[in-house]
Amino acid sequence: MPITVQIPTALRRHTDGVGSITCAASNLGELFSVLDEKFPDLKPHIRDDKGQIRRFLNIYVNEEDIRFLGGPTYAFQEGDEVLLVPSIAGGKS
Amino acid sequence: MSHYELRCRECGRTWGNQPRSICDECFSPLEVAYDYDALKPSVSRERISQRQPNMWRYSELLPLPQGYEPRLPVGFTPLFKAPHLGKRLSGTATAAGNLYIKNDAVCLPTLSFKDRVVAVALANAREFGFDTVSCSSTGNLANAVAAHAAREGLKAWIFIPSDLEPAKILGTNVFGAKVVRIAGNYDQVNRLCSQIADEHRWGFVNVNLRPYYAEGSKTVGFEIAEQLGWRLPDNIVCPMAGGSLITKIKKAFDELIKLGLVEPKEVKFFGAQATGCSPISTAVKTGSSEIEPQKPTTIARSLAIGNPADGHYAIKTIKGSGGWSEDVSDPEVVDSIRLLAETEGIFTETAGGVTVGCAGKLYRQDRILPDETTVLCVTGNGLKTTDVLAGVYQTERPIAPKLAEFEAYLQQTLDVDEVPGVVAATEEVAGIGA
Repeated sequence: MPITVQIPTALRRHTDGVGSITCAASNLGELFSVLDEKFPDLKPHIRDDKGQIRRFLNIYVNEEDIRFLGGPTYAFQEGDEVLLVPSIAGGKS
Repeated sequence: MSHYELRCRECGRTWGNQPRSICDECFSPLEVAYDYDALKPSVSRERISQRQPNMWRYSELLPLPQGYEPRLPVGFTPLFKAPHLGKRLSGTATAAGNLYIKNDAVCLPTLSFKDRVVAVALANAREFGFDTVSCSSTGNLANAVAAHAAREGLKAWIFIPSDLEPAKILGTNVFGAKVVRIAGNYDQVNRLCSQIADEHRWGFVNVNLRPYYAEGSKTVGFEIAEQLGWRLPDNIVCPMAGGSLITKIKKAFDELIKLGLVEPKEVKFFGAQATGCSPISTAVKTGSSEIEPQKPTTIARSLAIGNPADGHYAIKTIKGSGGWSEDVSDPEVVDSIRLLAETEGIFTETAGGVTVGCAGKLYRQDRILPDETTVLCVTGNGLKTTDVLAGVYQTERPIAPKLAEFEAYLQQTLDVDEVPGVVAATEEVAGIGA
């Protein structure tokens, strides 16, 4: 299930500057596995010690907060665009 | 050497002073931390009280660049007793002497408490080299950023949900700001702004300037304490949208205690939301420390943030103080706007209706007691949200400019059962002393 994942500037230092990837994942758990493998440094910035999504990180699917779509149970559709957006971050300094 | 710098609220790492809102290490929000020991000798009640009556009188406790000359007399809004409202909300005469309104409906220059936060954010925007400032807004912030940007000679790009009240859109346009209407709710506008902030080097007051911006809210707390005669109230009732204000009033009180300007006191913090957008009050009521985001459906558009950025900290502030959070329906919001206007002569916007309505509930639940000093924070002006009162009042037929016509009209009016306002409808409130 090819989907696109957009990575914000704040996280790109953990992805060697990569801002977008296309990958196959059918749900959030699978997406995390893909990201863990591809960008091992990113993991602790997205999830806490218990594996929970960090409190101040929001995940959107096609502009909708994934929590409104069922969160981890949401099944990605082909062509979904996933956004990782820190809840109050952003900006060029 | 500055007496303040950014510090991570969770891991404590310091970041100096820069336009940045999160810690790269743990992703948590940054806030401004001060060197209180260095500040202590230069701050006193006497020195503050000799200064001009505006929020800049607390400049040592604000993150202001060295040599910054304020260009607008923001803040120092009235705090006064609300005896008639106190009696109405509590059902007792005791509360009449103990309830206060902090009235930011008359904050300059744009009639909401957002003038305070924007004043501090823009003081820093130029220092950081921005020539354009921006924000996502439910209206009041839009007005404030546009006005202050005009005054500071900065360009302004304002992003708003397209369904905002016309007065708030006009009140942004008039300052020459570029207004971008987004077909979505505030949370969607806010998310878009986080993405835009990644692409354009603009000073977003509530994104990359957020730690500085949020400090402006503390001046509400400083003023309440000073206006009460340098003492803290027992209770604060505060409207909540993003959840920042309530946490910053708490920070203000803590700082005044730390600097010896007021006696230590445990103040209870009470949050107020509209039922149609109540992620913070829902969390408090269900005992959760985390926010479940909501899709807002309320006339209180200035509070319609379903995924509040500071929700987690607002919950902590409320619970840690022994306070509570309530929410009220849209009809209760309208009734409460009218109640405040008819009892105390203050015309507030919907957020103020939310605060007054929730305060009534808190009195009825005995969470706020009549003999406690309680301050309600009214944060915005009713002239910006007149649309919610559409249909409440009928347009009277005009009469001829003749005395006889008026006498007949008067007689007719007295004959007919009066259609009372919300005050007279249920209770006579005359005779309560101020």
